[in-house]
Amino acid sequence: MTSRSTASLRVISDPRPVLPSAVLGMLIFVVAEMMMFAGLMSAYTIVRAGALGWPPPGQPRLPVEATAFNTAVLLASAAFLFFANRAYTRNRDLAKRPLFTAMALGAFFVVFQGYEWVMLIRQGLTLTSSIHGSFFFLIVGMHGLHAVAGLTVLGRAGLKLSKGLLAPSTFAAAQVFWYFVVGLWPVLYFMVYL
Amino acid sequence: MAESIPADAMHAHDDHHHTEQSIWSKYVFSTDHKMIAMQYMFTGMAMALIGGFMAYAFRMQLAFPGIDVPGYGTVTASDYNALVTNHGTIMIFWVAMPVLIAAFGNYLIPLMVGCDDMVFPRLNRLSYQIFLLSAIVLIASFFVPGGGFGGAWTAYPPLSAKSQYSLTALGSSFWLVAVALEFTAFLLGGINFVTTAMNARAPGMKIFDIPIVVWMIVVASILFMSSVGPLIAGAVMLFMDQNVGTAFFDPDKGGDPILWQHLFWFFGHPEVYVVLLPAMGITAEIMCVFARKKMFAYKTFLYTTFATGILSFTVWAHHQFVAGIDPRMANIFTVTTLLISIPIAEMCFIYIATLYGGSIRLTTPMLWALAFVAEFLIGGVTGIFLGASGADIYFHDTYFVLAHFHYTFFPIAIIGTFAGFTYWFPKMFGKMMNDTLGKIHFWGTIIPFNFIFIPLFVLGAAGQHRRIYNYEHFPELAGVEMQDMRVLATVSMLVMLVFQLVFFYNCFISWKKKQKDAGKNPWKANTLEWTTDSPPPHGNWPELPTVYRGPYEYSVPGREEDYFPQNVPD
Ligand code: HEM
Ligand SMILES: [Cu+2]
Repeated sequence: MTSRSTASLRVISDPRPVLPSAVLGMLIFVVAEMMMFAGLMSAYTIVRAGALGWPPPGQPRLPVEATAFNTAVLLASAAFLFFANRAYTRNRDLAKRPLFTAMALGAFFVVFQGYEWVMLIRQGLTLTSSIHGSFFFLIVGMHGLHAVAGLTVLGRAGLKLSKGLLAPSTFAAAQVFWYFVVGLWPVLYFMVYL
Repeated sequence: MAESIPADAMHAHDDHHHTEQSIWSKYVFSTDHKMIAMQYMFTGMAMALIGGFMAYAFRMQLAFPGIDVPGYGTVTASDYNALVTNHGTIMIFWVAMPVLIAAFGNYLIPLMVGCDDMVFPRLNRLSYQIFLLSAIVLIASFFVPGGGFGGAWTAYPPLSAKSQYSLTALGSSFWLVAVALEFTAFLLGGINFVTTAMNARAPGMKIFDIPIVVWMIVVASILFMSSVGPLIAGAVMLFMDQNVGTAFFDPDKGGDPILWQHLFWFFGHPEVYVVLLPAMGITAEIMCVFARKKMFAYKTFLYTTFATGILSFTVWAHHQFVAGIDPRMANIFTVTTLLISIPIAEMCFIYIATLYGGSIRLTTPMLWALAFVAEFLIGGVTGIFLGASGADIYFHDTYFVLAHFHYTFFPIAIIGTFAGFTYWFPKMFGKMMNDTLGKIHFWGTIIPFNFIFIPLFVLGAAGQHRRIYNYEHFPELAGVEMQDMRVLATVSMLVMLVFQLVFFYNCFISWKKKQKDAGKNPWKANTLEWTTDSPPPHGNWPELPTVYRGPYEYSVPGREEDYFPQNVPD
């Protein structure tokens, strides 16, 4: 093997990256995801603006109040994740409880949304009942998929945490994703439900 | 046939099937960025052959309608549609993207920024595996009942959404799934490229010491990742329209077909810069090395690229001037489209200024690089005619558009690739290529290329519409002069295809050690990839390099040698 013949004694400091790679990678991914939701939302807005009435006649009303409650649950989950992070920086063991609370709240959100879907389908709002139904299930469903993915990411972080193997950058990346899932929801709620 | 073609896409691995485990992990399940680059490169080239074969079949049909095409058979109307659609799709998504971004990006980024591998090697491997799967799904779409999708690479509904119009219920969905998988693959790849270039640079490499081609691939990846989201949303909606019975794009049920066009072109126009930028970067590297000059206006070039990237999100509706958009909107998009020609022109001037006063060596890679600028210029200039909405109402969907984008895409995907491939071949395989054969291949590609597409400009201006499989059915387009030009274009294409054999022969003999060893730095270039062995070992360097200066210090006054590698201390 050849080595660098031109090696020099001059030391050049290795610049520390501004963001750890896992976080940067996750942020880039989140930007792509945001653009996807932006695409969905603009499609929805255009169709809604062109419709004669919204929601179209004969379609059930969306459960605005119940979902407002569920939105609060999801926001609370983000708050607990924030506490988990604070605890993590001080004493890793203390982070477990808030982290699992955050996950439980997130799981509640997903289950509650699913329950809502069942009720709506019973009342006649389906994927194909109208363009309103199509967009509703598409947008909320997409978000739901992301919530499930986010819970998986948090779950893996939790597993590592209990084994004492959770790296700060992995945890930070998981948080970025969950904050994205949580932060996106009020926007969707506002645009789709109200 | 159905089984043999997917295997073709994997042909890079064929020879290794029967050997032991370690070969598998070395060639098939490798996480080494160089191996993944080669996988992308050879898959892309195999796809180029498939896409080229399709072009051969449908060009023969256009020149000699109804003929029994040797090696294909009679091209029926629906065959023709499927061939044209998939030719376009393949050349953009399975050739230009994998070769220019994924192959060169994977190969060059770690070597040029001085690290041992990508930041996320397993993500990288996953990216290639998904890509390979997408290629297989696409090729499989030709063999499902009903045949391949024929609704054009832009897949406008209702043709793409309703099988009672397209008659390819399964083919349409396969096509869509393949495209979606391909996007996923590049999303993973792009995350790697940006993160590696930002976080894994060699000590001492500052932000403006990064070689321009790395920058170009990074910007292209960012553009890709920020434009593809809406199209993914659109693809999900289209898939549901096809298979679930929703009506997102069906005006009868409250949907909007134009919506797809917006989602598609919001991605589609940035996408042209996604493939353009890496080719621009490759060209810049080669020009500096073979003009022995510092790159003119490195920073300006970079800022221009950023500006182009941002502007490229504001021009998409120039593809929809005849889709019934508001004429006032059309005016706005005309202005933005004309504006975006300015940075592109500026970049071409930077090339010329870089060449000016240099001691130019017309090696094969340099010829390709020069040809890239010259030919791309024709593509860019004709784009301005199309961007003017008044002119475009006439030109839209004629062969003028087709010639325009082939004068952009061919330089990018073919000329740019050959430039990069011949330039880095010594590094990749440790051997020099034969220069004479390289030049024969060069002229045998460039001359026929112009003879293919200049007639198509003329035909387009004469009113010849795209996507018609037999012009005999249109008396005003079936005249002898027009038919003669079609024949000229087809024959030139045949000539060009034959000359590609020279390239493969050249690769083969060079790789078979008939040529001299390349050594570490055959071109006397400055960038870091030339400081390691050819081909570089696993891990790239025994000891990672340190960087002391920018990448283009050629002909530095007062220095004995006319180059000054980045890793050499003052
Ligand atoms: C200076 C820059 C450019 C300008 C002003 C420009 C302008 C245009 C316009 C206005 C059209 C629409 C024509 C029509 O459909 O009626 C068009 C089509 C097209 N352009 Fe460009 N263009 C430029 C550069 C490029 C580049 C760099 C590429 C490729 C890498 C490209 C690829 C295409 C493609 C593929 C189409 C046709 C899409 C289709 O309908 O199938 N253009 N261009
Ligand atoms: Cu465009």
